[in-house]
Amino acid sequence: MNDKNKIIFGLIIFIAIVTFPFLYNLGRASTVPEPKLSEKAKAAKECIKPKEDMKQEHMQILDLWRDTVVRDANRVYKTSKGKTFNMSLSTGEDSCTGCHENKAEFCDKCHNYALVDPYCWDCHIAPEEKKPEEKK
Amino acid sequence: MENSRRSFLKVAGITALGLGTKPVLDVFAASGGHGAEPKPEVSKNEKALTAKRWGMVIDTRKFHSKADLEPMIEACHKIHNVPKLTEPRHEIMWLWEDEYKHVFTHIEHELINDRIKHLPFLVLCNHCEKPSCVRVCPTKATFQRDDGIVLMDFHRCIGCRFCMAACPYGSRSFNFRDPRPFIKEQNKEFPTRMKGVVEKCNFCAERLAVGKMPACVEASNGAMTAGDLEDPGSEVRELLRTNYTIRRKPDLGAGPSVYYIV
Amino acid sequence: MLELALKGDKKYWGLVIALLTLSGVGFAVYLKQLDFGLGITGMSRDVSWGFYIAQFTFLVGVAAGGVMVVLPKYLHDYKAFGRITILGEFLAISAVTMCLLFIIVDLGQPMRILNVLLYPSPGSVLFWDMIVLNVYLLLNIVIGWNVLEAERNNVHYVSWVKPLIIISIIWAPAIHTVTAYLYCGLPGRGFWLTAILAPRFLASAFASGPALLILLCLIIRRFTKFDPGREQIQSLAKIVTYAIIINVFFFLCEVFVVFYSRIPSHMSHLQYLFVGLHGHGALVPWMWTAMAFMVTSIVLLVIPAARKHEGVLAFACAILFIGAWIDKGMGMISGGFVPNPLHHVTEYMPTLPEILITLGVWATGFLILTILFKVAVGVKEEVSGVKDTCESC
Repeated sequence: MNDKNKIIFGLIIFIAIVTFPFLYNLGRASTVPEPKLSEKAKAAKECIKPKEDMKQEHMQILDLWRDTVVRDANRVYKTSKGKTFNMSLSTGEDSCTGCHENKAEFCDKCHNYALVDPYCWDCHIAPEEKKPEEKK
Repeated sequence: MENSRRSFLKVAGITALGLGTKPVLDVFAASGGHGAEPKPEVSKNEKALTAKRWGMVIDTRKFHSKADLEPMIEACHKIHNVPKLTEPRHEIMWLWEDEYKHVFTHIEHELINDRIKHLPFLVLCNHCEKPSCVRVCPTKATFQRDDGIVLMDFHRCIGCRFCMAACPYGSRSFNFRDPRPFIKEQNKEFPTRMKGVVEKCNFCAERLAVGKMPACVEASNGAMTAGDLEDPGSEVRELLRTNYTIRRKPDLGAGPSVYYIV
Repeated sequence: MLELALKGDKKYWGLVIALLTLSGVGFAVYLKQLDFGLGITGMSRDVSWGFYIAQFTFLVGVAAGGVMVVLPKYLHDYKAFGRITILGEFLAISAVTMCLLFIIVDLGQPMRILNVLLYPSPGSVLFWDMIVLNVYLLLNIVIGWNVLEAERNNVHYVSWVKPLIIISIIWAPAIHTVTAYLYCGLPGRGFWLTAILAPRFLASAFASGPALLILLCLIIRRFTKFDPGREQIQSLAKIVTYAIIINVFFFLCEVFVVFYSRIPSHMSHLQYLFVGLHGHGALVPWMWTAMAFMVTSIVLLVIPAARKHEGVLAFACAILFIGAWIDKGMGMISGGFVPNPLHHVTEYMPTLPEILITLGVWATGFLILTILFKVAVGVKEEVSGVKDTCESC
């Protein structure tokens, strides 16, 4: 029973550590952001897969694509509806960012919210952010 | 009592089994239901240039000075976002030039003729037939394609630099720091690299894929030729048949695919 | 048993804090390296492996050297070594830990290290090196802990440990052989392209590992109540003697082959290391120091009267360890890269941040060693009935 103080002290530290993430984010709860489509993407209407699939699977698709492109040299993707795309994140008109040219609104918004930091842009060159007035 | 427990377990077990197989059944249902719609496919570009084994012939007779080599080096480095680092230790080179005695270490001698002695030679990855860099890579980040091109998968490289120790041609460079600040004009059509990965000449795989010859070949005014080493009718084979050519360190048995007409 | 490491005198805690500080400094500099890249080291396009990989290579040797107390005990039933096998095993644990840390600090993209497991490449020696090192670490942890615990409880260790011990005895040379294969199978690197490399690595390992163990035994005797024993130290000294002689002999074999054949691509590296090449000779004084240290230690060790004098023995072991470290830790790796495959000379010297990170890893290793030895010595003191009488406890 001599260790009562030590135990209580230890417990306090334990509770503080365990609850830290909750306390840290207290009052910071924000609404889930909705990625904004670029004009080009809106006009195109469809991506390589339905929106919901893309929401859930885009990271797996990108992971698969990079192997397919770099290692198997297959660079053309034909969707089930017969439309073709350039299997590239950042190069060319029919690549991912060729259409989704608003990285900040489309990619970063959710990634920031979810605290994920994909290293895509360490190598792939992000599309230049167009200011609204530049768009027709 | 005993009986009811047994039957309970049976029912519970079957239920669990049913629940467990639901996702599997879902998949079957999904694939059956949409059978009419074709599956997405991946393929090569129709225009892509292909070969059984890519190789290159460099006609050094057409070069006379460093200035003659600049356009090729410039084209390569610009297209591939190769940075120009100020610190020599951190230099990154895909295509560069060096003297005969450094390039052809196994056959150099002091009394070689003047033209060769002072002629700059182009140096690049040899895209070896039996590449030692591929053999040593612990993650298959560097690999050999079916068409002979030795490539780097920058996504996968862990930066152990075993390939740099293994390459007998000094063809590989390492990103000792973030290369981006040292790229003057970024080419948006090709990614840069990040710190901590190894890089080298990729035989312009990205250009071959869309039907273009390697950038250096294109910029060389016919002094460099790329083609299929296994196709007897190819231009490179024709050059090899009609000219005396040498390769770098052939005694090591790596089978370099870059040939030099001297 | 770990609680034994929590009770110690001021000197013990002083050492622990000093090592913690050093490894903390190393870690801070490592964070800087993570941020900037390996450009903060002295490595270059031409010398693409440097201090880190050299330390790794040397320490694999120290780890393998630990087997030199285990092997005589279990294969030849040399009972005297029973007293100190645990020290050999614990030394191996700390040395292998340092090896793994050196590999990690040397990677350009350490976050991707699991790619080695995700895309296993049996064609790569590095893949096998990763396996043998981790298994050796695990073997020594399991064996060391079980045997020591059994000793503490005054019982025989559980029977399944014995086969593990036999495996670990075979495994020790394997780790250093595989490490040598990292280098000696590379075409175009004349310095390493020699079949003597693995045997030479082993000889230098079996000299430097036990030499360090002798020094550690002498330190333990001075600062604790546990005496590893005079006979044990002398037996180790004989092992060190033969191993260092064989190491130098292997080196001379290499020198003969290289300089009698006069093949430039093999000769130029040794020339660079010992006389300088094209006016570059940063490692020349170091290499001659290494040779002088190793030869002097041989002279001291072969003379029985000198070897039996523990002061002389300690001195011989110290210079041998330093000599072997320079030879392997400085010359062996950068020597292989200079001149480069295009016969250009780019010299290499570690930078200050690189040295600080290296020191940090060494400190971490020695911290582990200190704690493990504290536990081992604590058990030995308990068993022999010596009560710790220090006031601070």
